[in-house]
Amino acid sequence: MNPAEIKTKLESEFPGIPIQIVGEGLLLGPEDLVRVARFLKESGEFKMNYLSSITAVDYLEHLESVYHLYSVDQRTGPVVLRVRVPRDNPRIPSLVHLFRSAEFQEREAYDMMGIRYEGHPDLRRIFMWEGFEGYPLRKDYLPENEDVLEWDDVEWLERHGVTVPAEYKQYAQDLKAAGKEARAERPKPGAEAV
Amino acid sequence: MLGVLRGMGITLKNFLASYVLPRRPDSLETGGIVTVQYPEERLPEKENFRNFPFLVFDGTVDNIRCVSCDICAKECPPKCIYIVRDTDSEGKPLKRPKVFDIDFTVCMNCGICEEACPFDAIFMDHEFEIGGPERQKSLVYHRDDLLKSTAHFQKIRPTDFAAIEERRKKDAEKKAAAQATVQAAAQPKPQTPPSPQP
Amino acid sequence: MSPPVLEKTFQASDPVLQDTETFEVNLGPQHPSTHGVFRMNVKLEGETIVSLKPVMGYLHRNHEQIAENMSYLGSMPYTDRLDYFNSMSNNFGYALAVERLAKIDVPERAQYVRVIMAELTRLVNHVSVIGFLLNDLGAFFTPVLYAFREREKILDVFEEVAGSRMMCNYLRFGGVKRDLTPAVTERIKKIVRGFPKFLDEFEGLLTRNEILCIRCQKVGVLPYDLAVNAGITGPMARASGVNYDLRKVDRYSIYDRFKFKIPLGKIGDVYDRYLVRILEMRESLKILEQALKEIPAGPVMNPKFAALAKAPRNFKPPKGEAYGRVEAPKGELGFYLVSDGTAQPWRYHVRAPSLINLTVLEDLCLGHKVADAVIILGSIDIVLGELDH
Repeated sequence: MNPAEIKTKLESEFPGIPIQIVGEGLLLGPEDLVRVARFLKESGEFKMNYLSSITAVDYLEHLESVYHLYSVDQRTGPVVLRVRVPRDNPRIPSLVHLFRSAEFQEREAYDMMGIRYEGHPDLRRIFMWEGFEGYPLRKDYLPENEDVLEWDDVEWLERHGVTVPAEYKQYAQDLKAAGKEARAERPKPGAEAV
Repeated sequence: MLGVLRGMGITLKNFLASYVLPRRPDSLETGGIVTVQYPEERLPEKENFRNFPFLVFDGTVDNIRCVSCDICAKECPPKCIYIVRDTDSEGKPLKRPKVFDIDFTVCMNCGICEEACPFDAIFMDHEFEIGGPERQKSLVYHRDDLLKSTAHFQKIRPTDFAAIEERRKKDAEKKAAAQATVQAAAQPKPQTPPSPQP
Repeated sequence: MSPPVLEKTFQASDPVLQDTETFEVNLGPQHPSTHGVFRMNVKLEGETIVSLKPVMGYLHRNHEQIAENMSYLGSMPYTDRLDYFNSMSNNFGYALAVERLAKIDVPERAQYVRVIMAELTRLVNHVSVIGFLLNDLGAFFTPVLYAFREREKILDVFEEVAGSRMMCNYLRFGGVKRDLTPAVTERIKKIVRGFPKFLDEFEGLLTRNEILCIRCQKVGVLPYDLAVNAGITGPMARASGVNYDLRKVDRYSIYDRFKFKIPLGKIGDVYDRYLVRILEMRESLKILEQALKEIPAGPVMNPKFAALAKAPRNFKPPKGEAYGRVEAPKGELGFYLVSDGTAQPWRYHVRAPSLINLTVLEDLCLGHKVADAVIILGSIDIVLGELDH
């Protein structure tokens, strides 16, 4: 079933629902996600009872959560649902009460992209530790620059009998005084491409 | 109880068979001993086995194939290759590396450098016993440690060597032919030798 | 001096001893039964589990971000390190996703080689998982070493073909890295011919073993509805009777040409998961036999993309997205890729079966004893490299 057909079906079921076709998927508003997912899961026609994958994508101007639904009984699919939310306040209703498979995947998307899945029973970081700041897969996240010595590194090196050149030491001291950590420039996508 | 007894029979059979059946790698039969008593015993090296990379030179050590184009360093997934181009006394860049370091603590033996190299200069070695007493000094290999002759390459990977040599020969012939046509076209000054530098 | 005497001696009827308290235990992260650095935060009422929270991330290395800063081919060796037991099927999933993204055709022979390698991987995985499950049950190292004996033969083949025993890095977009030589094909044929004999012996050792039956039957029962709802895939779902095998459903690559069955379990307990894996190996052998018989001669690399394998930075798939999924030995392994038309993927997501199959761990373990939690985890079959991304 192609996205256009699904779109007409959904529009007849929920009159006035805003749906756009983006790529192979259907773009929904966050408020419509749960009722559409429930309809797809429970209607006899679709029976999309298997939520295979949830992931989030950072498109710079907004964050997007992508859902891949399949039907185990009818062996059809995928129906791809997309939900776009603003970067500064990303909130999407959770699908855990419809699909248990969302439990870890929503936690993962929250951990990596910072999308808050409202209604998730246990929305904690899953891979990163508690108290970790930032969301590593967002495009503006800057990882630690391992090539720059920080003050702790300098101390460690000197304890182990390595003489650190004065300029590196000064830089580390300045960083410490400013209360900053060394952050790497993230390589721009395609910047190195020939 | 029967199942347990039967299982014990099978373990007994396997135990006895391990004395009789041929050992690895001679046999594919179930039951022979698979364990190899390394370092005393070794399995025969497989030709396609890849481990850490090495640099090839033709004939003498001065004749490195690597032109220091930096492609392998860019393509290397964990970025463990570091190259500095050599210069002559006037500061003109030369087509050979001055520094060619590979950090074997980072290298993950994927073989992409070998695939990406357009000059057939870097290949995967069979050497795997590279342990040393110090992490940085023993495991960061410099240019001179990495250099190995084509004869070594031929020894460890004869099939690949033959294929690559054949291709190189063809390429060289093509190049010579192309140059000949260029020279024929540029008849007025026939004796100009092709410049060695780009 | 008289020896000190306890002022009060306890009686069995003493209310202090009648009271039980819930007791918290951390199983792992450094524990052999957790198959890696994985922690289970278990609350116990006596020996019985009343709550279980999996804690993960000890092996997290942000695989997805690494891949987003790398050329498409550059992440191929990193996919080996996801599920390090089955690097060939990880390669397969990733190659499939990229091929869908860039619309690359794969030559006939390469398809066969891929299927052969994927099925050999399945043998390797299932046989060692069963070995480790028996280890968890307390049958120390006899079954696992019998399993590893067979695995060794297959790993030798991988080394001969791909260059490395476990980190194969063998598939390329549009084909495979190297052709199978006749000697290797012959060797694989021999292994395939000898494997049923080993399986019979292995089953003789295990399937009707009373201890194994008592420990595994009716333990960790996963009902059909929960399996579907929680997105459980692979042998674990099929043990619960979910007839969903991507080799049949998606018919990716050339799986529609082979005749094989999907073994299904009835109850969905640990024993069914064990049996389904044994039966799946037998079906894999059928696929291997057919593939080895039918494999045609020809190129193993799409000539249009052979040059691109030499220059990974020049490989720029068109803008778009693709979701490629394969039936990896552990379940549905999916790769979701978004391309922005440059040499690096804009988004690279792995749907790891180990992670999602773990969703139901608590449901399976509740009400069982601690020792059962260990075998339930063993029967789920996780690999931490994949679980933690």
